[in-house]
Amino acid sequence: MNTEIRKLIADHARLAVDISSLADDASLYEAGMTSHATVNLMLALEGSFDVEFPDSMLKRSVFESVTTIAAALAELQPEV
Amino acid sequence: MADYRPGTPEQAAFLAALLDRRLLLQTRVAGVYGRGEDFEEVCVRVGEMVTRAGAPERPEQVRFPPVLPRHDLETVGYLKSFPHLAGSIFGFEGSESQAAEQYDRACKHEDWSEFQAMTELVLTPAACYPVYPEIASRGKLAAGGVTVDAGSAYVFRHEPAGDPARMQMFHQREIVRIGEPETVIAWRDLWRERAMSLLRQVGLDASFAVATDPFFGRAGRMLAASQREQELKFEVVVQIAGPEPTAVASFNYHQDHFTSAYGIELANGTEAHTACLGFGVERITLALFRAHGLDLETWPTEVRSKLWAV
Repeated sequence: MNTEIRKLIADHARLAVDISSLADDASLYEAGMTSHATVNLMLALEGSFDVEFPDSMLKRSVFESVTTIAAALAELQPEV
Repeated sequence: MADYRPGTPEQAAFLAALLDRRLLLQTRVAGVYGRGEDFEEVCVRVGEMVTRAGAPERPEQVRFPPVLPRHDLETVGYLKSFPHLAGSIFGFEGSESQAAEQYDRACKHEDWSEFQAMTELVLTPAACYPVYPEIASRGKLAAGGVTVDAGSAYVFRHEPAGDPARMQMFHQREIVRIGEPETVIAWRDLWRERAMSLLRQVGLDASFAVATDPFFGRAGRMLAASQREQELKFEVVVQIAGPEPTAVASFNYHQDHFTSAYGIELANGTEAHTACLGFGVERITLALFRAHGLDLETWPTEVRSKLWAV
């Protein structure tokens, strides 16, 4: 799952650094992800993993890092 | 057509009183009003009060018409965040027979939109929007950046409503700060305190709130949550015609949203950020009429002296 998340981050998060240089728990915001880029990443994650983030998950902390995104997706897709 | 949002009984009664006194003048469309003499007088004085308050920073004065090149609306992503509020200008394109058909339908007040094509203009949705491309066109900014006063400009939001404080076409009194992030934040914080004191001096029971923009859809909920968590937007709110208080001024820290869209940079290589403040001229005017009565002559002396600067 983390490989796919990293690919989507590379395509949509418009980071100032290469995602491969970041650890799973590194802050994407500190790496330059803006609010609008976060929305693009959120929509890409929904499309790719066939999930819909509920309102309770539409907040910055959920998209903070590869780890937090994976945790949110695992919650939405328990079978993965 | 956008859904009409009815006013509460208190809002409807206040609107009826304003129309009855000819402070606002009715048109056929909800949220679009003419201004009577006393209403306009107060609007002008509110704008001047803000000008006096902002004078210490000696902002550069610029003015733009209430239309914006469509390209600029597209550049800043407005249609992603606020597609429901935008107003685009269309114009006739067609033959003589199509013009005749359009006229015939218009005479009967039927739909003639098929003869209309998009123009290169939209209605300005926020008074600061024309400022960013203008500043970008000047090249790199000197250290300290710029403060730009965009005056009191008409802006459009497509949201017909019965609350007189929710107009579709209204004046934003906007000032923009572009510079180093810490400079921009300090300026916004300075104005936050200044605005509270300004509004309290004219007898308004103003309070302060962290706020969000009315972003569209699910992506909008994410943007709003992000805006709130980072405290990028503050509002000064005042009770006008209940039950909820109404925002009469807002202070918005855009971070690099506009500077990255237009490539605005500082000469020393530091990243440029922007913030703007907007006073809702008609909303402040409505709040003043609500607080002090519909007859200007009976307003408290201290309020009049503050507004008229005498």
